[in-house]
Amino acid sequence: MVAAGGDLRVELGRRYRFAASHRLHTERLSEEENARLYGKCNNPHGHGHNYVVEISVSGAIDPANGMIANLTDLDGFVEHEVLEAFDHRSLNEEVPAFRESVPTTENLCIEIFRRLRSFPQAKLERVRIEETSNNSFEFAGDNPIGEPVETGVHLEGNRP
Amino acid sequence: MVLLTRKIEFSASHRYDNPALSPEENRRVFGKCNNPHGHGHNYTLEVTVAGEPDPVTGMVLDLSELKKILEREVMQRMDHRHLNYEVPELAGQIPTCENVARVIWGLLEPKIKQGKLHRVRLYESPDLFADCYRNGSNEVTK
Repeated sequence: MVAAGGDLRVELGRRYRFAASHRLHTERLSEEENARLYGKCNNPHGHGHNYVVEISVSGAIDPANGMIANLTDLDGFVEHEVLEAFDHRSLNEEVPAFRESVPTTENLCIEIFRRLRSFPQAKLERVRIEETSNNSFEFAGDNPIGEPVETGVHLEGNRP
Repeated sequence: MVLLTRKIEFSASHRYDNPALSPEENRRVFGKCNNPHGHGHNYTLEVTVAGEPDPVTGMVLDLSELKKILEREVMQRMDHRHLNYEVPELAGQIPTCENVARVIWGLLEPKIKQGKLHRVRLYESPDLFADCYRNGSNEVTK
């Protein structure tokens, strides 16, 4: 069943790209277990992807400009908060969050959501990342994300 | 519940300009989208309808019916048109992706009799799109 009624909600979606290297490896497992679990993604020299990051923001459409958020502001914010820190970088070595956690694309979604949720002009709804054209991952914090799924991940008070 | 999505493409021109602002402010706010001669896009529209498949036909709604609705409500109104001057539903609004998506939602919602309009996604380019939902309708209740 679908909840009926309610106001119209409009979201603005924007796609960005960056290229980065990573290695899936955790100190919590032995070398053999890492190799078995992560397979070729555990290659000690790392490997890379062309990531596509799709973000959605919601808010009222300003009648003066017809926009939820000015694209120049959104692009500048994403450039500063994410692309400058991630593009042509090693995620393991150069993004502090991945000293503690494995840079899977699941964790990358959570980290990018954390970095972007303070965007001042609109509400960040979700982050969707394509690691390759065949694999994509999505994280929405506490926002609805299609069917209700308990993620167990809450970001309250998590921002440094 | 099953979601069914139909995609169509149309091409249209537009211009961003707010008559309440000075020419300088318009240029500052809208940048190259303020070009007085307008510009255009190949829009891609994805229309998603939610419902239970009919036990007899197995369909949420008849795709050929949806195709006719999209042809009549969207293609005939917007394809190869200037959105500022030729689409009355957009009169007085800046034809941004957000506003065009909202207008398309308003055109389609009352026409879909089987199932329920779930989402309108309008791509202005492969990297920029707007989604429109009825609040609460992307939360599937038990």
